[in-house]
Amino acid sequence: MSYQEDDHPHVFPESRKPGEMLFVTITMFVAVALLALAPWQTTWLPGKGFAAQPRFWPMLSLGGVVLFGLLNALSRMRITRTPGRWQEATVWMRSLEFVGWYMLYVAAIPLLGYLIATVLFTTGMALRLGYRGRSVMVAGLFGVFVVLFFKTAMNVKIPGGAIYEFAPDTFRYFLLRYF
Amino acid sequence: MNSRLIRSAISFSAIFEVAMDTLLSSIEMLARWDVIAALLIGSIGGVLVGAMPGVGAAVAIAIVLPVTFSLEPIVGLTALLGIYGSSMFGGAIPAILVNTPGTPVNALTTYDGYPMTKRGESRRALSLAYSASFYGAVISIVSLLLLAPVLAKIAPMFGAREIFLAALLGIVLVIVTHRGQVLPAAILACLGIFLQTIGIEPSAYSQRFTFGQTWLQSGIDLIVVVLGLFAISQALVLVMSEDKPVKLPEVEKIGFFTQMRDLWVFRRIATVASALGVICGMIPGVGEFMSQFMSYAYAQRTSKTPELFGKGNPEGIVASEAANNSVPAAAMIPLLALGIPGEELTAMMLAVFYVHNVIPGPQLFAQHLDFIYALYISLFLLNVIVVTFLFFSTKTLMKVMLIPDRFLGIMIFTFSLIGIYTLRNSLTDIAIASAFGFFGFILKRLDLPTSPIILGIVLGKLMEDRLRTAMARVRVPWDFIDRPIAFILFSMIVLALGAQIWTVIKDRKTTGEKS
Repeated sequence: MSYQEDDHPHVFPESRKPGEMLFVTITMFVAVALLALAPWQTTWLPGKGFAAQPRFWPMLSLGGVVLFGLLNALSRMRITRTPGRWQEATVWMRSLEFVGWYMLYVAAIPLLGYLIATVLFTTGMALRLGYRGRSVMVAGLFGVFVVLFFKTAMNVKIPGGAIYEFAPDTFRYFLLRYF
Repeated sequence: MNSRLIRSAISFSAIFEVAMDTLLSSIEMLARWDVIAALLIGSIGGVLVGAMPGVGAAVAIAIVLPVTFSLEPIVGLTALLGIYGSSMFGGAIPAILVNTPGTPVNALTTYDGYPMTKRGESRRALSLAYSASFYGAVISIVSLLLLAPVLAKIAPMFGAREIFLAALLGIVLVIVTHRGQVLPAAILACLGIFLQTIGIEPSAYSQRFTFGQTWLQSGIDLIVVVLGLFAISQALVLVMSEDKPVKLPEVEKIGFFTQMRDLWVFRRIATVASALGVICGMIPGVGEFMSQFMSYAYAQRTSKTPELFGKGNPEGIVASEAANNSVPAAAMIPLLALGIPGEELTAMMLAVFYVHNVIPGPQLFAQHLDFIYALYISLFLLNVIVVTFLFFSTKTLMKVMLIPDRFLGIMIFTFSLIGIYTLRNSLTDIAIASAFGFFGFILKRLDLPTSPIILGIVLGKLMEDRLRTAMARVRVPWDFIDRPIAFILFSMIVLALGAQIWTVIKDRKTTGEKS
């Protein structure tokens, strides 16, 4: 049974990850702000019991976030902090770059069409992540495969591109329907 | 005496006849090319996904889920069940060969699987993992097929208050089973419950936290949250990571029947582990992790060579794999009988049921037993497909482990767009999913669990509806638990909370003594 004794986590771990308190504090702050807005954002029905009140569950859940957040903060206070909270926050922020590329890809589809936007996204991401040569070509081919499988073969509903309007009449429907 | 015997023989033959009719009807339901295709794609796809560390069943189901909405319930569900039931088979491959679990529940398999690979016994370790997984799944499906008529009788005894209490028990168990992260899990479960309250509520049609925005009036779609929290967050984790070189070991050849015979030596462990998996799977919020830890501890305690655990003991692989593969079928029980998902994967399947207007709960079990049997038969078939596929294609399958992590990230990003767009062609959904993806990324960086949010959303809605209905008939608090099942569920909640408080006190004392 040495396995369990050694590796089973404690209720209160002996270290905490950098950024954990920052994350819990932000979550609690948002919960408190939402709780403060509850009278304007929810309704209280006169003459009805607690369980039937539209305000009951939002208040209960947000109250839970704040309560457990405070208990979490109290329990973690006595644990040695691992430095690097702001470096960790920087990593979180850096990930937003990829969220940005993804949103750009989504926004490009109604303009460029699914095929062009997907191939540009997969090859662009491969280049951004440092791949070169054959890997970039594989990324592009993967993009083509995704479009052929999902849009052409499985007819998944993804909007056609505005760019297809410039195609000759005979091709326009074909492009809109399959790519 | 004789007449009593004749009467019981007649009633037994009547029950047998009904059971056979139901079974035939469910076989008929499955004997269609689209169902068979869904089974094949789902099960083989699930193995592939499981074999890629960093992807996993949750990501794959989140992506495929919206695509299945256009399919018939039985087709969509068999495809998703295929992924769910087979990913753990695939997850054992990287766990054994490169010491990286393909899915989180294969983590214990690395303890003994990888040391066996280092000893040059990779094929034996893989074979044991496959056959133990198959054994666990079959035991689980057979026991549930036998249990189904009993459950059909018990399920109608669940009224609004029992379902409320069962959902509350699910939330409590999900929180307390996150040892070391109980309070963050509670925060995230509450956050999930809050998220489901956003939009127009169904009793008085008033708006809650919509801030006057029309796009928030219909609430936040579960699938959008799931895609964000599981798929986009995982894509972010992968693209922000470094590609590690993977060196695949040599896998020696052993015959198919030799492999199956090997498990026979460990049949006691496999049977106990499967039974534990079935029990843990049926309790909402418990699932694979608890079952395999219990099975592993049992195997170690009863082993003749406990000192070899963690150093390549085949018993460890059998215990872990039989336990985690017996959970998926069992986890379908609270989902189908009561509409209560026990973990994020069954929560996603609940969404498919709702989309197709199939409402899981006592009525489904009582009136559509053939549908339930069809799901279990498809679970059995997928296990046969997977184990046959794996015994003959492991060497080829190993190549998926060579796909670099960051490349996998690009692939997940591309696939997740299809999942979100197929819902309702909404750019807003993609923005919401991206926001949840960012949130999920932070959770993963901090090693915090994402499942409490999903269960908070699903069970929170259920609790709100059922509590409102139940309270109409409750005069004094005692009325709420004056029925046997309600009382048992309430006692289990108190017990779970009591055990947690006792653990906290014990932990405090231990920590105090140490310092």
